[in-house]
Amino acid sequence: MESKIHKTGEQDRFIYNFNDDPSQVVMETIGMKVYYGDELAMHNDDIQFKKNNITSLIGPSGSGKSTYLRSLNRMNDDVARVTGKILYQGVDINQPGIDVYEVRRKIGMVFQRPNPFAKSIYDNITFALKRRGLTDKKKLDEIVETTLKQAAVWDQVKDSLHKSALYLSGGQAQRVCIARALAVKPEVLLLDEPASALDPVSTVQLEQTLRELKKDYTIIIVTHNMQQAARLSDYTVFFNMGEAIEYNETRKVFTRPKVQLTEDYVSGNFG
Amino acid sequence: MKDTQLQSKIAIGILKGIAFSVVLILAFLIGYIFVTGLPNISWGFLTRPARAFQAGGGIGIQLFNSFYLLILAMLISIPIALGAAVYLNEYAKDNLFTSIIRTSIEILSSLPSVVVGLFGFLLFVIQFGYGFSILSGALTLTIFNLPLLTRNIEESLSSVSDDQRQGGLGLGLSKFETIVHIVIPAALPGIISGVILCSGRVFGEAAALIYTAGQSAPALNFADWNPFNIDSPLSPLRPAETLAVHIWKINSEGIMPDLSQVSSGSSAVLVLAILIFNLSARYIGKKIFEKMTSEI
Amino acid sequence: MNKMQNEKLAKQLMKKSKTARYERFGKAISLLALLLIMVIVIGIIIFVASKGLSTFFKDHVKLSEFFGGTLWNPGTTTPDGKQSVGALPMIVGSFLVTLLAAVVATPFAIGTAVYMTEISPKRGAKILQPVTELLVGIPSVVYGFIGLSVVVPFVRHVFGGSGFGILSGTFVLFVMILPTIVSMTVDSLKSVPGYYRQASLALGATQWQTIFKVVLRAATPGILTAIVFGMARAFGEALAVQMVIGNAALMPHNLVSPASTLTSVLTAGMGNTVMGSLENDALWSLALVLLAMSLFFNLLVHFIGRKGAFKK
Repeated sequence: MESKIHKTGEQDRFIYNFNDDPSQVVMETIGMKVYYGDELAMHNDDIQFKKNNITSLIGPSGSGKSTYLRSLNRMNDDVARVTGKILYQGVDINQPGIDVYEVRRKIGMVFQRPNPFAKSIYDNITFALKRRGLTDKKKLDEIVETTLKQAAVWDQVKDSLHKSALYLSGGQAQRVCIARALAVKPEVLLLDEPASALDPVSTVQLEQTLRELKKDYTIIIVTHNMQQAARLSDYTVFFNMGEAIEYNETRKVFTRPKVQLTEDYVSGNFG
Repeated sequence: MKDTQLQSKIAIGILKGIAFSVVLILAFLIGYIFVTGLPNISWGFLTRPARAFQAGGGIGIQLFNSFYLLILAMLISIPIALGAAVYLNEYAKDNLFTSIIRTSIEILSSLPSVVVGLFGFLLFVIQFGYGFSILSGALTLTIFNLPLLTRNIEESLSSVSDDQRQGGLGLGLSKFETIVHIVIPAALPGIISGVILCSGRVFGEAAALIYTAGQSAPALNFADWNPFNIDSPLSPLRPAETLAVHIWKINSEGIMPDLSQVSSGSSAVLVLAILIFNLSARYIGKKIFEKMTSEI
Repeated sequence: MNKMQNEKLAKQLMKKSKTARYERFGKAISLLALLLIMVIVIGIIIFVASKGLSTFFKDHVKLSEFFGGTLWNPGTTTPDGKQSVGALPMIVGSFLVTLLAAVVATPFAIGTAVYMTEISPKRGAKILQPVTELLVGIPSVVYGFIGLSVVVPFVRHVFGGSGFGILSGTFVLFVMILPTIVSMTVDSLKSVPGYYRQASLALGATQWQTIFKVVLRAATPGILTAIVFGMARAFGEALAVQMVIGNAALMPHNLVSPASTLTSVLTAGMGNTVMGSLENDALWSLALVLLAMSLFFNLLVHFIGRKGAFKK
């Protein structure tokens, strides 16, 4: 099986692009390679992400989808070596001299397990802003309210803003984490399996929220749940063994995939 | 089969006996300390200055010195230990440099305290010319305290989930900001317990102090809190015999008439203080943790 | 996306932010703290070594005289005209109390640890755990004081003589290193996987056979490490020993005659000598022996750790 995948990967890939209208592209990777030590973990991933859309990254575990996502805002800096270009609004953010902190403010991230800080809900959201010198109480209040509303959790927590965020349920905590990411005003939101620790009801609510958010943000989401990708996203990338195999409109990836391997995967005949 | 069963029973009986005897030893120690010591403790004993050749002396100055030295040593060692622990737990890569540093910390922690004391004597008392003083003592205690405190803090830091660090980095905060404002607060209960436990160890230490803080406790003027006056309690350049050193010294000299009363009283005070340190380390750590995670 | 906007963004992203500077600063500060500790350790080794070696280089005492001589009275000469800096009595004293204390403490410690982990974990956690923690916390001068007021009279009463000596030192050190060995042995017993015990019991072995042949065997490297740590503590302990050993720099000819250890001579003598004199240098040589032994114990722990790692 392995040799077959490898052969397919080299000969048969389909990657969609927006070259007819480049202005729609917010992020793009060109010739990006990721190494763990000397081992090449990712290659062949020239992908363009469309503004105000949700793009899903799917694939079996170990396919490199998370590695790819975490490279996009340089969260892999400490653990891996990333070469090639990562363009954000046309600027290569993977070149020396780039301030990674500024990059991560433009390209925010929400993680697999909800990770509220051991602070109050209010402080969770305003913390990064305060660190950057924003002290105007009225403005901070306003941001807390807007972001919590955007994350659709305002009604549940508005009376307990100054209580510890550690006591929130998984679904609520994850929404507060989304609000926290939105507070620094990113343009792109990266989500790494954000619903994997949530119950089905919270998951559906979260998807609803993301659909709302795409009006203002470009969303890239890693998910191991194919139904979720199909329900939620506009575009889908299928990864396998460190390569992007197929990238297309979600509908097409799931109904008329162009690569045999993709078809095997989405129809459950994989491995 | 029968034999082995019997053998097992006997062997386990012996083990129980051993464990019981260890409990007995401690019960005897604690009992002895408190039974002989507590009757000698009075307000006067705790506040009076010591007397070398007459009965009826107290431990007031020694007690003050012990606490003053402890506080100074902690003030110096906490920032250093915190910085070292942060680097070891958050920045250090798994390489030769790190393993050399870890080994040196291990060496320092296993060094006999008398050697640390002699080093302090050589460096602070003689080279730096601080003489037998609070300052020499506090700096020596810092060296004595650093390895264990660093290890305790590092353990507390490493118990904080990596998700917290990721969360901070994902918001565009630097690693150091994340450590200072997210990781350290989350590790605070453990850090505080560690600090208090180390305090107990520092409070009872004597060997590192006899040639640094000195073995004399000159009279202090408790009305004068200007640290630049030599008889002010806060003066860092006055010699300062601590309670632990006092117990050692009067017993080695053996000239104090009420030697055994003063020794047992001092021992009881020392053990009582350390007992309080240990219990409060647990209690305070737990309370802070509860406060941080509860719905206030 | 027009070009001007693009350039503006590039500029914004390329500028080193305050955050980046703060990061560099913070990392440097914490590295500095760590390096300070390393400098201290190196400083201690260099200072003590240079002082301790001057006995041999500056005062030209032969190594054999120091390690083989039995007459300790630095500053005077022996009948045959050599410097009387024979450290053998103290070295023998230190090793004797350390080994004896370890020999006595080991069965007690292992027995207690086995009781705490294998026989009655509940009572172990409830009673013995706090008991050992408390024993660790008692300061060494308090041990010394109790040794002086209980152990020494007891030894005097039973064995005659003054009561001061190796035996009293052993008693005191035994109690002092017991908790160290117990708590580390408990850790190593706890790290033996539960299925070892279940497998052994399932094969029909008795509880004692399981403990003795399976659990203790699997935990041997950890137990050895615990004993070495205990010995290191005993070897370096100063005041408690000094208070009960009698402080006579003589070869111990029995366990109840006054003797001395490296630490006891050091603490008693350092204040009475003049820096730079032979008397003083000789004391620093004792400190150097102490330091070297501490390094040796460290090395031993590493060695056992590596050996133990193979077994797993």
